[in-house]
Amino acid sequence: MIGIEHYLTVAAALFVIGIFGLFLNRKNIIILLMSIELILLSVNINFVAFSSFLNDLVGQVFTLFVLTVAAAEAAIGLAILVCFFRNRGTIDVEDVNVMKG
Amino acid sequence: MSVAAIAFYCFALTTVAGGLFTVVSRNPVHSVLWLILSFLSSAGLFVLLGAEFIAMLLMIVYVGAVAVLFLFVVMMLDIDFAELKAEMAKYMPLALLIGVIIILQLAMAYGSWAYSDGFETRLAAPQGDMQNTAALGLLVYDKYLMLFQLAGLILLVAMIGAIVLTLRHRQNIKRQDVLAQLYRDPAKAMELKDIKPGQGL
Repeated sequence: MIGIEHYLTVAAALFVIGIFGLFLNRKNIIILLMSIELILLSVNINFVAFSSFLNDLVGQVFTLFVLTVAAAEAAIGLAILVCFFRNRGTIDVEDVNVMKG
Repeated sequence: MSVAAIAFYCFALTTVAGGLFTVVSRNPVHSVLWLILSFLSSAGLFVLLGAEFIAMLLMIVYVGAVAVLFLFVVMMLDIDFAELKAEMAKYMPLALLIGVIIILQLAMAYGSWAYSDGFETRLAAPQGDMQNTAALGLLVYDKYLMLFQLAGLILLVAMIGAIVLTLRHRQNIKRQDVLAQLYRDPAKAMELKDIKPGQGL
């Protein structure tokens, strides 16, 4: 029988893969954004698993909002990326030092 | 093993494999395709969990919009990905170290997991015998209406922000001027001349 632990394991594996990707592709913003999407997906799996196994729907409502914010984040991130590429001709994260911050 | 268990293992395997290949793939287009696989199979996991609405939403919003947006950006921008990937091996040990540390932390956290007594009585919105979508609709349009409206506002702000960021008015190119077209007077725009044969104007 598939219990909640199985789903939590999948979500944990996906989360670790997301973090792994953040460190592995430090220069490529597109893959960084995809890694963030993976992390948010793992959080969503956790939410839905708990919501289902505890019979409490609020987890799924929260997943709805996480999805919304993730979609908005991806759109804005890619817009900034396109803008940056237009100005600098590269998407290397280490070149993002115009503001000397 | 029941059919549900087999389906779970298939979906879980493809979810994790898709995530892994998203991260390590050398070609960003392949990365996006693996990401789509990961999203689709986690939608399958959600269906197994009885959250059909979220599963459909994941397919429509993520695979239909976000992943296509990623694909669009990857293909539209002329980026030298080989140069970006060159230093991947350099970061591998650090990434593996941090991954292992987080796995250990999660294992410790889940290892000592326990529910308190009587947690069923503290559930915020127990799911009755209603359909998943109907029950979610009752919650979202009633109890969480404010959050729902705010989510719409976030999407509106994101849309306007993305347009403002990427809209570019280039000089020196011809573009349509609607007002000039509307105010153009046909009587003044054209003049008929009667030219006799053999003569110039």
